[in-house]
Amino acid sequence: MDRPTLLEVNDLKTRFHTAEGTIYAVNGISYILKEGETLAVVGESGCGKSVSVQSLLGLIPIPPGEIASGSAVYQDRDLLKMAEPELEKVRGKEIAMIFQDPMTSLNPVLTIGKQITESLEKHMKMNHDEAVRRAVELLEWVGLPDPARRLGDYPHQFSGGMRQRVMIAMALACGPTILIADEPTTALDVTIQAQIVELVKRLRQEVGMAMIWITHDLGVVAGLADRVIVMYAGFIVEEADVESLYEDPRHPYTLALLAALPRVDRRRHQRLMSIPGAPPNLLVAPHGCPFAPRCERVIERCQAENPSLEAVAPRHRIACWVDVQTGGPR
Amino acid sequence: MSLAEPLVKVENLTKHFPIMRGILIQRKVGAVQAVDDVSFAIAQGETLGLVGESGCGKTTAGRTLLALYPATAGLVTIDGHNVHQAKGRELLAVRRKAQIIFQDPFASLNPRWTVGTIVGEPIKVHKLTKSSKERSARVKELMELVGLNARLINRFPHEFSGGQRQRIGVARALASEPKFIVCDEPISALDVSIQAQVVNLLEDLQDRLGLTYLFIAHDLSMVRHICDRVAVMYLGVIVELAERNELYENPLNPYTQSLLSAVPIPDPKKDRARQRTILTGDVPSPINPPSGCRFHPRCPVAIPLCSEARPEWRDMGGNHWVACHRA
Repeated sequence: MDRPTLLEVNDLKTRFHTAEGTIYAVNGISYILKEGETLAVVGESGCGKSVSVQSLLGLIPIPPGEIASGSAVYQDRDLLKMAEPELEKVRGKEIAMIFQDPMTSLNPVLTIGKQITESLEKHMKMNHDEAVRRAVELLEWVGLPDPARRLGDYPHQFSGGMRQRVMIAMALACGPTILIADEPTTALDVTIQAQIVELVKRLRQEVGMAMIWITHDLGVVAGLADRVIVMYAGFIVEEADVESLYEDPRHPYTLALLAALPRVDRRRHQRLMSIPGAPPNLLVAPHGCPFAPRCERVIERCQAENPSLEAVAPRHRIACWVDVQTGGPR
Repeated sequence: MSLAEPLVKVENLTKHFPIMRGILIQRKVGAVQAVDDVSFAIAQGETLGLVGESGCGKTTAGRTLLALYPATAGLVTIDGHNVHQAKGRELLAVRRKAQIIFQDPFASLNPRWTVGTIVGEPIKVHKLTKSSKERSARVKELMELVGLNARLINRFPHEFSGGQRQRIGVARALASEPKFIVCDEPISALDVSIQAQVVNLLEDLQDRLGLTYLFIAHDLSMVRHICDRVAVMYLGVIVELAERNELYENPLNPYTQSLLSAVPIPDPKKDRARQRTILTGDVPSPINPPSGCRFHPRCPVAIPLCSEARPEWRDMGGNHWVACHRA
């Protein structure tokens, strides 16, 4: 897939200065999103996956937050250096976002009709009647039954799955080039999750937009993403095309995560591989490889030096001193 | 399953929550039919999985069978005790034999109690030790058993991570030396790498102590891993029950089939290649559940009979039970 680059993030570092000390949330991550590509960012809670994209859109409260370094070039402009009014034109229009919990991200005292038409009137300069007509089309497009009647309903009158459809309709209202989805199916039941994933796949094809899909669920990613980034303690530890990541994972953390997952399609063979310990405390500046204390392949070098992200195969990068196939140093 | 009398027997268990109207003169205007005519048995040492989507009544079923809620109808027998008739000493004996591990390790532990007090409480209530010194020794033993450092006995819940808190919850459940534990979504609040730790702990404890589990979950992959037999619930009724591999490889109820096909598989080629049945719509309200088979409005293979008559609970051979007109 050789498509033009749409977004290039370089050495992004985000910190939070709190009463207890500085939290090193994102520690210098770089990646490229191409046109029409779906990039999944996978990791456990607190690994910095959400903060890393919120930083791009100016959604980090400063202070206590601080973007310590980095650039995010989107169409020859650096999102991180944009002034708020300029960023406001990009956010919601060219780069849209959907969130995990549609109940907290929709305004409970406004009808959904009001919430959708607002962005159409603001970004697309439509008059009210046009905006209403477009809102009905959008809601129909995302599979909401009887959309014209439901425009006057409030968010609490919808089920979780339907609320997420409304969120998606709002996000797509202005025809974004990038859709950022932050754990959009985590709060939903598995049958509803399947509905939303199918919907997103269809819309992605129809609109031709690129997506960044943030999740902790390696299962959903497999059927949806083109490329996958695995994050741990604010670092990217592995990046690969989706097939190579699942068939040939090279970072011990990715390997351990996959081994810790039971499979619905397989008979049980052995007990689950568990990863000992817990994710690290981000209050301490990283020293050495952040995964070293929990890694079963750890070597001496891991304690002293944090490995940088390097290619181990075409389009496959890992940050690790160890070759997982031989167990020795790379 | 052995031929011996099962440890836990649930017969026609029903739990309706009344909906009341009126301020001075309250009258019942309806009922949430959370659990409706549910029957199953669990043998000694077995793990039965109870799966379904949110709102299907699986948690209510687990709590009602422990008499944490009074039952509307039905009979639950645990180790020979009629749970809902038990009073006084007998109820205390039931509480000792049957325990529960809750989903949320943050909400289910008293934040003002130390680990020692939390885990020691059942020991005190059931007078299992003679002195407080003995009790604290027993608490330390339980902490080591679930993989917690016994030196942390005087710490408070907020000082522990999610996985460690769930271990405290497990230690508390084990303190009364139960035979049967209802595990109510014990891992769904935890991260993937921590889930495996807790599941392995539950399995080890089962091997060592001969425990019997009712494992309530919505994660079908984990249920396949940990359970011997699995029951699938939809809107308050059990629609299918079978041995683990039989259920996952040969599901007979269309709801089970679509539920299984909705579970993502962490393998790109396999996930893209497989045929999926995507259900339309949401789970209907349990206040006024659909007539006949409760799944018929969403069922891809429904026939007129499905909306008219409630399907019978039938054995399809090999202890594979299903409630469906089309199976």
